[in-house]
This record gives sequence, C-alpha cells and structure tokens, in this order.
Amino acid sequence: MFDKYMICEDGFRNVEEGGQVVGFAFGARLPYYRGLGLSMVEEIAVAVDGQAYPREAIRFSVRGRSWTLDEMEAEYEDRWNFGEVAEIRVLTPGGLASGAHTVELAERLRISYLPFEPTTRDAKTLIIA
Amino acid sequence: MANAIKRGVSLYSYQEETYLQKMTLEDVIAASARMGALGIEVVSEQSFWGYPAPLPDATYDHWHALMDKYGTTPVCHDLMLDYKKYKGRLMPFEEQVASMKVDIAHAARLGCPFTRALVSISPEVLAAVAPYAEEKGVKVLIEVHAPLHFDHPWIQRHYEVMEKLGSDHLGFLPDMGIFVKRFPRVWKERFIRQGCPEKVADHIEQAYEARTLAEYVINDVEKMKAGPAAMAMVTTLRHNLYANPRRMLEFMHRIHNIHAKFYEMTADLVEPSIPYEEIIPVLVEGGYQGYLCSEYEGNRWVEDAFPVDSVEQVRRQQAMFERLLSPKPTAHAA
Repeated sequence: MFDKYMICEDGFRNVEEGGQVVGFAFGARLPYYRGLGLSMVEEIAVAVDGQAYPREAIRFSVRGRSWTLDEMEAEYEDRWNFGEVAEIRVLTPGGLASGAHTVELAERLRISYLPFEPTTRDAKTLIIA
Repeated sequence: MANAIKRGVSLYSYQEETYLQKMTLEDVIAASARMGALGIEVVSEQSFWGYPAPLPDATYDHWHALMDKYGTTPVCHDLMLDYKKYKGRLMPFEEQVASMKVDIAHAARLGCPFTRALVSISPEVLAAVAPYAEEKGVKVLIEVHAPLHFDHPWIQRHYEVMEKLGSDHLGFLPDMGIFVKRFPRVWKERFIRQGCPEKVADHIEQAYEARTLAEYVINDVEKMKAGPAAMAMVTTLRHNLYANPRRMLEFMHRIHNIHAKFYEMTADLVEPSIPYEEIIPVLVEGGYQGYLCSEYEGNRWVEDAFPVDSVEQVRRQQAMFERLLSPKPTAHAA
C-alpha cells in the first residue's frame, strides 16, 4: 500500500558539506498504514539510473536525528511515523549530475503479525536542479 | 426485527487522506459524524504520531473535545504489540504484557471501552493482562481476522483460555473479511493490471467461488506459468475465506465490536464481495448491541490506477448499513 507515495516528488537534491558534494538526498515515506519503530525497518535500498548503492552509504533522518541502517535496527525508541516524510541520504562523493534520474527505493519492514518481511518498492524520475 | 446495533467507523478507513495529510483528525471525525457513524475506532499508531511513547495531555484533551464537538463516542483503540521489535528474537513475555498495559491505559484515557488485540497475540499474554483490563474498565478483544476464523484451532484456544479464566474483559472482535463470499472485483482488476492474464484471473475467481482448496488452485496456476501477478493473485486464496456467518452465534457473548471490512462500495450501495445482507441478520438474531465499525481497505487495490475517495466509500457503506439495520416493514401490517 502507498507504494507510489514512498518517494516524494520534492526534496531530491545534492548534499553539500564543507564545500564538497558528499552525496544526494530525497524525501521518503513508509509504505504502511501506521508508524513503525525504527528497529523494525530492516532495509532501505536505493538505486539511481540502475546503479545500486551499498547499505553503508545510506543515512536515514527524521526530525533532526540521523541513523545508519545498522544504527536504525538498534533504535528502540524513535519511530518513522505514519505518512511522515523522512530524508534518505546516499553518501557518494560528487553526488549526481544535474538533470533527470530514475530513483528506485525499496523498504523492507519487519511486521510482527506477518509471517514474512515485506519489501515494497517505488520508482520515480526526479530532477536534480 | 428491531435491533440495537450502532454504526461507527475505524479511522483506518481514511488512511489515504490522513497519510497524505489531506485530512486532519478533526476532518475525519467530522466526516464520520455527518454520515451518522457516531462510534469512533482509532489505530493510535496511525492517528497519534509518536504513540506508543507517552502522548502529551493536550492530545487527549483534543480528542475528547472533538468527541464533544461532533457528538461522537470513542469505541476502540487498535493495539499492535510489536513482539518482533528486536531482530532475531521475540519480545520477552513480561515485556509483551507491559506493552499491552500501555495500550490498555491509553484506551482508557481515550474513553474507549475496547481495545483490539491483533490475532497473532498469544492467549497467555491476554490472560496475563486481564486483571489490569478489568481494573481499567477496558475489554481486550482479539481480532478474528482472515485467514483465521471462529473454528480455527488458534481461535478455539483463545476461547478456551477466556472461558477457563472466566474474565468478561477478554473477548472477540471479528473482522468481516472472514466472510469474503465472492473474490473481490477490485483485487482481480488490480492483478490483471499487474499482468495476470484475464483467463487465469477468471480461473482463480471461479475456483475461489467453488471453494476449492487453495493449495490445489495454487498448484494449477503454477503449472500455467502465467507470471508473478498470477501467482500473487492465486496465493491470496491462502489468506481469504468465506466462513459461515452463523458461526458467530456461539460466541456472541464475547463479541463486543466488529470491523465492518470492505473493499469496494458500488454507486448503488453494494459490497460485491462481502454479503452484509446475510451477516447483519445473524448479528440481529444473536442480539449484538455493539458497533459496526466501517473498515475501508480498498485504497491499496485501486491506488495504482484510480483516485481514492475513502470518505465517499465509507459514506456508501454507512448508507447500506442504515438500510440493512432499519426494521423491515412487515408484509401484513395489522
């Protein structure tokens, strides 16, 4: 559910730190009918123009706090709320070239009552200004 | 036959609009009240950001102010209990009990007489929280949700534990999705859009309506090599069923709330897959006096191709309930 809302239309950009482009970022939502504790988000996988990025390159941020995916799995207090837009940052020196890119996002969640861990996917063409 | 069944709505129904922040909590309560669905059920992890972390007093004040303003009544808080919170190990028993107590206290603060416990929660956890539920005046209702049903051994075990314990603060909340009589049209159409060949979709639909054992149909469709959408469609047969609505009668003393699940309401006020015209007379016969809470779950089946209008869908189901709950004019009025 909500597959097509996972990747947000706005917020796709290169990220600069100390005058260097260190990666890119976009807004993302949880494909679920409620919020979920961060420890139950098992994977956030990103590919751009067919190129997949390693798990270690992903950062998840919400309400001013940031986690690696491993840190997220050990976060037992904070949550990704229902419909809340988080920022997914991908660390890749130089970021992305200006222009249109195909962004693919897959989120794997551990839902207590499901006998499997569902992966939900979205893909959108977004533009880096 | 006269009845005391009340109309309500689970705010789950409006998830499309609330997820996208097109409607606020006040908007959805107001919309429900306008339809005469005056009982309000809430999935707190949806409607209250941060929950189950403690919520500010203002959140509860706002909730009660909305109930007063719109003349609505709190009915049920749907609890989740994330017993898989820790990767690779289940939440310890005592922590599960403590987690449920948080939900019971929260339900009481919302003014809800009931809290919904997910069907996979163990009977032993429910038994352990029963004294606290009694203290708080909140009944804990295990949801009887497809593919489970009243005659499934898991539900039977829950029933045995409830009866042995003798607590009237444990019970059932059946989800009407256990009475899917016809394969939902919106599901079939979505699987066809995803690439399931129409002939295969017809075969699966017919097999469902013939009540063929799911595993036989899955095996047939595997041999057809009709692709992943066909396999996705046929495996829904594992998780759906048409139980006999009359099986609720034996358990009526423990049924206190109902999820009036629906996937589609047509413009002429029909739910093509779930036969409410058969279900409601059973509830009336059993003397059910609780709420029928609309639970719209069609958005996920149409969102890929069509705009979702949850409010209109709920309105149609409520209009159907209004008709089905009205006493029928007798043929030979004296």
